[in-house]
Amino acid sequence: MSEETVINAEQACAQVWAWLGEVPDPEIPVISVVDLGIVREVAFDGDTGEWVVTITPTYSGCPAMQVIAEDVESALRAHGLQRVRIATRLSPAWTTDWMSEAGKAALKGYGVAPPVQQVIDISALKHGVKRHAIQEPEVPCPHCGSRHTLATSQFGSTPCKALYRCLDCREPFDYFKCH
Amino acid sequence: MDANNAKVEYLLRQGDNALILSQQLSQLCGKGPALEEDMALTNVALDLLGQTRMWLTYAGELEGHGRDEDRLAYLRDSREFRNCLLVEQPNADYAQVMVRQFFFDTWHYFLMRELITSTDRRIAEIAEKSLKEVTYHLRRSGDLVVRLGDGTPLSHAKMQAAVDELWTYAGEMFIYDAVDEAMVAQGVAPRAEPLLDAFLQHVGEVLAEATLAMPSPSAYMQRGGKQGRHTERLGYILAEMQVLQRAYPGADW
Repeated sequence: MSEETVINAEQACAQVWAWLGEVPDPEIPVISVVDLGIVREVAFDGDTGEWVVTITPTYSGCPAMQVIAEDVESALRAHGLQRVRIATRLSPAWTTDWMSEAGKAALKGYGVAPPVQQVIDISALKHGVKRHAIQEPEVPCPHCGSRHTLATSQFGSTPCKALYRCLDCREPFDYFKCH
Repeated sequence: MDANNAKVEYLLRQGDNALILSQQLSQLCGKGPALEEDMALTNVALDLLGQTRMWLTYAGELEGHGRDEDRLAYLRDSREFRNCLLVEQPNADYAQVMVRQFFFDTWHYFLMRELITSTDRRIAEIAEKSLKEVTYHLRRSGDLVVRLGDGTPLSHAKMQAAVDELWTYAGEMFIYDAVDEAMVAQGVAPRAEPLLDAFLQHVGEVLAEATLAMPSPSAYMQRGGKQGRHTERLGYILAEMQVLQRAYPGADW
């Protein structure tokens, strides 16, 4: 492969990533599937002439995955890529650590508190089952910024969220929990 | 039994456990004792359903008879299901729902933690994905056991009754048969003894905090679900879960 071809391939890849950055998450439309960390790899398969987009599920039962795969495919087709293949990858398992800073800011603007801490290494979770060893994180209210908030439910309207309420502005809000 | 058949059986057990418990929790949708509990039950059901799909898809591929996740879930009869008896116990009251969940989550957590180092790469990947969700499930069910056990006299009595009622179904997962032993020999699955020790220790700690009496670990344990010998209850669960595919075979969205 000549140097020029390599550069072109890199540019093409960057272009596909940019297009994918405009594909919204179907359930939280202010954040793109790239900012959410769902898109893991973009590659051109020279043998089949296909663009292969590798995605990973957030939660194994997330009903949005099929919609995301379809949205990614149709977005790339709309930009003129006719041969697109969506591959799924399970490992390493998706983590909120992969969410971009831009994505977190967009979540906050949308009224959803973004994940507040880095996820601990699950391979050594012996202490994870000790309920008192777990410090519930301090989650700032996305509406008024107060740190005076309380978890009302560990599960929210989608698998990725928990329910909180602010003790100052009194508003309830969703928290995109660390995973 | 050859190695491939044993692995298919083992995968069906994982998938069917998650599937039947998911179906049972789904039946509580809209009937939870509080809105938050209702959402938690259905969220856990959804996680388990996602895990079911990964297990059953793999089982169908290895089996090699062209059965996909849907055919395995909707077109097998109760004798072909490989779930343990615990998950088919009824949603009798909320105490039983939570104790069933707590026993299951504890076993599930320690098993997934071992399976992430399985010699079967795909099993290890499914376990890695599941473990994060299962950890969250276990935190919640442990919390609820403590809050209800160490709650009012009435909630305490109901929780103790549920623990005593369900204990006899909590041991089947640790009673290994030829399938389990074949998986251990291949390095696919962990041995029973360390799993059982971890299970008893964690259950003991949580029940103690919940001021609930722990039943005897040497009590007689019911068995048979893993080999397809189920309680009558599974038939009713399947009747509801499978009705559409039974009435309209091959129906699709």
